[in-house]
Amino acid sequence: MPDDILNSFMTGPDEKGRFGDFGGRFVSETLMPLILELEAQYEHAKTDQSFWDEMHYLWTHYVGRPSPLYFAERLTERLGGAKVYMKRDELNHTGAHKINNVLGQIILARRMGKSRIIAETGAGQHGVATATVCAKFGLQCVVYMGAHDVERQAPNVFRMKLLGAEVIPVTSGRGTLKDAMNDALRDWVTNVRDTFYCIGTVAGPHPYPAMVRDFQSIIGREAKEQMQAAEGRLPDTIIAAIGGGSNAMGLFYPFLDDTTVRIIGVEAGGHGVNEKMEHCASLTGGRPGVLHGNRTYLLQDDDGQILEGHSISAGLDYPGIGPEHSWLHDIGRAQYVSITDREALEAFTLCCETEGIIPALEPSHALAHVAKIAPDLPADHIICMNMCGRGDKDIFTVARHLGFEMGKY
Amino acid sequence: MTRIDAKFAALKAEGRKAFVAYVMAGDPDAETSLEIIKGLPGAGVDVIELGLPFTDPMADGPTIQLAGQRALEAGQTLQKTLDMAAEFRRGDDTTPIVLMGYYNPIYSRGVDRFLTDAKAAGIDGLIIVDLPPEEDDELCIPAQKAGLNFIRLATPTTDDKRLPKVLENTSGFVYYVSITGITGSAEAQAADVAPEVARIKRATDLPIIVGFGIKTPEAAEGIAGIADGAVVGSAIVAQIEQGKPVAEILDFVRSLADGAHRA
Repeated sequence: MPDDILNSFMTGPDEKGRFGDFGGRFVSETLMPLILELEAQYEHAKTDQSFWDEMHYLWTHYVGRPSPLYFAERLTERLGGAKVYMKRDELNHTGAHKINNVLGQIILARRMGKSRIIAETGAGQHGVATATVCAKFGLQCVVYMGAHDVERQAPNVFRMKLLGAEVIPVTSGRGTLKDAMNDALRDWVTNVRDTFYCIGTVAGPHPYPAMVRDFQSIIGREAKEQMQAAEGRLPDTIIAAIGGGSNAMGLFYPFLDDTTVRIIGVEAGGHGVNEKMEHCASLTGGRPGVLHGNRTYLLQDDDGQILEGHSISAGLDYPGIGPEHSWLHDIGRAQYVSITDREALEAFTLCCETEGIIPALEPSHALAHVAKIAPDLPADHIICMNMCGRGDKDIFTVARHLGFEMGKY
Repeated sequence: MTRIDAKFAALKAEGRKAFVAYVMAGDPDAETSLEIIKGLPGAGVDVIELGLPFTDPMADGPTIQLAGQRALEAGQTLQKTLDMAAEFRRGDDTTPIVLMGYYNPIYSRGVDRFLTDAKAAGIDGLIIVDLPPEEDDELCIPAQKAGLNFIRLATPTTDDKRLPKVLENTSGFVYYVSITGITGSAEAQAADVAPEVARIKRATDLPIIVGFGIKTPEAAEGIAGIADGAVVGSAIVAQIEQGKPVAEILDFVRSLADGAHRA
């Protein structure tokens, strides 16, 4: 193997869908032929200019890309250290980074002649993005959502219904994102001929982790170019929040071989990473296992049973993490930290007050870590964080935690 | 030769079809579960499929999901399941036991340690739903080396091009999944399944057992008639869910076994 391949962090996954020991294709035989077909179709589309032309047209005219790279001046002043930039993916159509990936998968589904799209969703952002693109193309859309999440994310449920999607509340297990993914897989195994499973994060069986990463990498590619234009150089540190890890992988991937860039992923620390497992920090508090088609770090008990985590953010409430993150963690190319519910709420408020941006609770975790490290860094240190979603969906949750009664102001 | 190979050789010599029963280990609790398992051979069961409880059974319908939850809530673990098999073995040295479940509890324990312990407990074969041939190095190859059969699922989506790969490292028998779907869902139709079984027969000498969507003695008879045997799981588990006495559950199993044996 030539040195340049050995020295690159961007060559994965291998032909077995592995990033080191992580990833793979741990699915039932019924799904295996479908996954191989998807891989073949994606490999073909990837090298087809007309596929990317269609993506770029829609990214520009439907999603509103490129998203701005914004210098957060007052936040920088307040923190009194490093210079903080935000990659504004919350300005995308539907309010989060999720649509970057959904567009790619739906265009692929159309090429494969699939007429029915299924998706799982936690906070509802991926569900809304999928319902949106399905409405645009006139495709049938079924979204699986944990019954518990249906309750705490009611506005997004209504959005999906407005967009013509059928939302199926999942009551199996504890009714959260993990259970929604189980039921989506059960649907797929039952409706193999006409159905395309649009996964919302960089997890699942190969080729999903690589494919979703490739679609989300537009974030990092733009950020790199925009930073070059703004500062004439690369950032020193890039930071993103991680549930499954798609917005983070999208920002990180184009920077993996720029080894001067420090990469930090922020997991949901819930009430704190301790033995009570009241968190969703798979890397800091879990160990490798196999779930949902891939080997990765998981929250699990001594007997290999999967545990439910906790996070204030429904979008981070998942016991696993994309396999490429597990690999980057093990080889030390990226650093993973955790932020508690309380710290995320403080960052949420800070962002509203200093920048006039209401962030989603997911990027509030990334912002909280920025707030933690920026004060101790020099003024010429550049941080780029991914503002991957806007907070409209979270105002009810935040109001409750801040003791604000809606309608009584 | 494993107990599975011996059992199918004997059935073939007698010209009989196999009846395979699935129950979840530890459902509704360890004691009742053991009592049911001990009664299965007497009710006409040729091969026991013992479900390994898992929190996230992606290929199973609600009946088996709930059985796994009941077992886990009652404190079932992988070790207790192996202990249960060992206890069964003390009274029965011929009825094969196949563990059926998902990979993570096994991976969590460590493959080598699991295989040693499973073999010692008298387990004869494994059906691990989320390990397709593409992941054979994980458990399939080590299991065969340890003297356990690794039984593969073939499905309606396994086309002729893929079939050799699915059969390559399979041993004991081939489990044909009669429908695209989850356990306990749509009813399997013998007329649809027959040509599929014939297709697989042309590619292997292993016995072919058909499962998923078989709920009644008549269906067991119909399916066993076009294959080497039939598996019933969810329909038996549903009886356990209803809290029926063990004797009644075993009567129901006997009616299914009689159905399959009539074929």
